[in-house]
Amino acid sequence: MLCDHCGQNEAEVHLTQIVDNEMTTVHLCPACAAEKGLNAGTAAKNLPLSDFLAQMGKAALGEEEATLIGPCSYCHTTVDDFRRTGRLGCPHCYSVFETQLRAILRRIHGSTSHMGKVYVPPTSETAERSARLAGLRRKLQRAVEAEDFESAAVIRDQIREIEAAIDR
Amino acid sequence: MKLFDLRSMPDFGLNWLEGSGPDSDIVLSTRVRLARNLQGYPFSVRAKAADRAAVLATVREVLERSGQLTDGVIVEIDRLGPREQQMLLERHLVSRELVRRDSGEAPSSSALVASMQKPVGLMINEEDHLRLQSLTSGFSLRHTWQLVDSLDEDLGNELPYAFHHEFGHLTSCPTNCGTGLRASVLIHLPGLVLTKEIHKVLQGITQVGLTFRGLYGEGSEVVGNLFQVSNQTTLGKSEEDLVDHLHKIVGQVIEYERQARAVLLRDATNVIEDKVWRAYGLLRHARSLAFDEMMNLLSGVRLGLSLKLLPAPSVYVLNRIMIYAQNAHLEEASAGTLSSSELDIQRAFHVRQALAEADSSAASRAD
Repeated sequence: MLCDHCGQNEAEVHLTQIVDNEMTTVHLCPACAAEKGLNAGTAAKNLPLSDFLAQMGKAALGEEEATLIGPCSYCHTTVDDFRRTGRLGCPHCYSVFETQLRAILRRIHGSTSHMGKVYVPPTSETAERSARLAGLRRKLQRAVEAEDFESAAVIRDQIREIEAAIDR
Repeated sequence: MKLFDLRSMPDFGLNWLEGSGPDSDIVLSTRVRLARNLQGYPFSVRAKAADRAAVLATVREVLERSGQLTDGVIVEIDRLGPREQQMLLERHLVSRELVRRDSGEAPSSSALVASMQKPVGLMINEEDHLRLQSLTSGFSLRHTWQLVDSLDEDLGNELPYAFHHEFGHLTSCPTNCGTGLRASVLIHLPGLVLTKEIHKVLQGITQVGLTFRGLYGEGSEVVGNLFQVSNQTTLGKSEEDLVDHLHKIVGQVIEYERQARAVLLRDATNVIEDKVWRAYGLLRHARSLAFDEMMNLLSGVRLGLSLKLLPAPSVYVLNRIMIYAQNAHLEEASAGTLSSSELDIQRAFHVRQALAEADSSAASRAD
């Protein structure tokens, strides 16, 4: 398909707009798209969300303030990273950027409160057991690889014991 | 869990093609996914190779121990060649994000796990650590949601999810947090397009908190009158409310589509009949077909089938063509790389063959 604008190059940007209830699609080559201020590469990578976040961030707090928040001490994501990519770096970021996020979440979802199922984390007992099982399985694997079948049998019994306890 | 081998499982993950679910003459498929992340690791965008490997190992260990998806296969994405990755994408089993190639390499430790018995599974190390998903045939939101929910319950009992008392499940992108639920329905709306009612309907959809996309999800174009309608928000409503709302609205859209088709059939019988048979004739005989052209013609045939203007082929045959006549599938079938014009020729060949087969099996049934 050729570009609707210049009619010479292959169209790579397909812009669908709804204006006055009419949906129109314009097909443009990258050069004409750039001329019209549309950049295919970044449009595909950066969702409109990041523009939205960039504006939100600026509106919600001044530039100076923005530099005072973060970066996240755990994953080092900065306000700027978040604005640019629209992505947070780790669960901890939700606490670091809590104030900004609250405004953003309200704009996106119309709410900030989870109303769905409440997740109950595995008890520490379960977590501990799964860590022990993982360790034993690795040991079993090593024993089998080393053809140490005597130890393997002992480890296998230990695994069975824990698994039986789960079933009870 | 077995390791994946596409050659020994040629129809892997394609149960949703069977065209058997409710309203399957209008709705191709229903999908529900849940985004989940594990505590103690950065999200995928920030994760180092070691983090990603640890996430994969942890999830595998829990799957094996809990007996979840033990009947399934695990597909380690970086063990596949580019064509096989593309085929999974064409089958709608993985997202672009999962097979994304930044520096020519697929991201390390990303994987797809899929049950062989039930249409349920998960992607590991996608944008979020886990994307639990289910893809079923026809319009069956509640059933599809239950499949994913039950997997989520079982995994959540073993895996420490990142969960916040106020914000719910924490996700890399704040548009997904809370329930992490995205439900979507792939729906065929030629009646509304032909009667020019589609803009009103799409506008209505966006006004009630839903959104629509093309065949391949986010950022993709609408081809062949196929629209993916899904919930826009994930926070502030319960999972059931989100699913029920989508169910209600899509139910109305299906109703509008049926009305539009009835109007077309009543007021423009000859035009519709001609359109449908022309589409069929072109697919049956063309020697070169671009993908978009094929999708538009398939749309005509699908409409004809639903209006009983055409005796054959079945919805299943059309759905299969839609998958197998895509570029990577055609290259796989001809065991080589094809140029764009060769692809169009192969595509036309594949479609002719599939329709001829369907024809002769319909004829033998009639005998």
